[in-house]
Amino acid sequence: MKFSIQVNEGPYQHQAADSAYQFAKAAIAAGHEIFRVFFYHDGVNNATKLAVPPQDDRDIPKLWSELAKENDLDLVVCIAAAQRRGMMDVDEAKRQGFEDNNLKEGFRISGLGQLIEAGIESDRLVVFGA
Amino acid sequence: MGLLHTVNKSPFESNTFDIALGYAKEGSTVLLIEDGVYAATTGTSAADKIKNASGVSFAVLGPDLQARGLEGKLADGIKVVDYDGFVSLVAEHDSVQSWL
Amino acid sequence: MAVKKFMYVNRKAPYGTIYALESLEVVLIGAAFDQDVSLAFIGDGVYELTKGQNTAGIGQKNFSPTYAALGDYDVNKIYVEKESLEERGLTLDDLQHLIWEDEDEDWAEKDSIRLVSRAELADVMAEQDICLSF
Repeated sequence: MKFSIQVNEGPYQHQAADSAYQFAKAAIAAGHEIFRVFFYHDGVNNATKLAVPPQDDRDIPKLWSELAKENDLDLVVCIAAAQRRGMMDVDEAKRQGFEDNNLKEGFRISGLGQLIEAGIESDRLVVFGA
Repeated sequence: MGLLHTVNKSPFESNTFDIALGYAKEGSTVLLIEDGVYAATTGTSAADKIKNASGVSFAVLGPDLQARGLEGKLADGIKVVDYDGFVSLVAEHDSVQSWL
Repeated sequence: MAVKKFMYVNRKAPYGTIYALESLEVVLIGAAFDQDVSLAFIGDGVYELTKGQNTAGIGQKNFSPTYAALGDYDVNKIYVEKESLEERGLTLDDLQHLIWEDEDEDWAEKDSIRLVSRAELADVMAEQDICLSF
């Protein structure tokens, strides 16, 4: 089956990001395809490249990035939510006149339409949030 | 096979569990995850509601029970699943309603 | 493109958190995809639709006028749960009067809000392909 996942919360603040990650991993292990993981609301903060969590704890942005790399996943960060919260890739930062950017490798920024498309194209869409 | 309803809030923190029960029709499943697993513990009114709900299946995410030290307090009539089981439940049901 | 039944489930009050506003933003963008869209307002979600919201004192943007535009976006199945209204001492009169224009009936104005019981809304929810929660 084709699954898509929506993540509504940022890393660490709420278990949603962890649950979504564990679900994605299990779905892949069971042979399903993950069509897209869409990060909305504070979920966009899962894409930060600047997180430095304690060494003895999980690095959530890194976990997502690695899962995406190993399984060719499409991790999409909503542009509207990202702009509000200051999550920028290189292009968006340039467009907005900022020198810095903070989007981790493995994620891409795109519009809300990607969430709707994920719903249309997938067999199941699961939302994780608060 | 009906909807899969997920509940991730403690029944003592919010009424989400009750609302989900109100929306769970015959043939559907309520899956307790994250802080929602507290509704699966013995000696609670939530456990009574689970016992009295007919036609609806109940499951709880084992890893979330273990994390909270609740394995020994699991109420009757609730199936323990891991993340693999969570994935299967999603696949088996028509659609998912995540009660946030 | 396939047409699927999307239900947007709104259970949170406006302004205290961002969920109500950002949920509405998805609805507006999603309207371009010509899917079968329903909105459900349950629990504190019914507060999103109340009349007379004035946010000047809290410094937030008042986004409630946007609900009135939903009809123009072909979003006209707006379910409000009766039990939630009653628990909160509200009636339909406390909510905005949302309408849409039916082009199949000479642009006749019709009510978008459908006041339904929990049991009725549960039936509608069970028919959906995708339930989005915020």
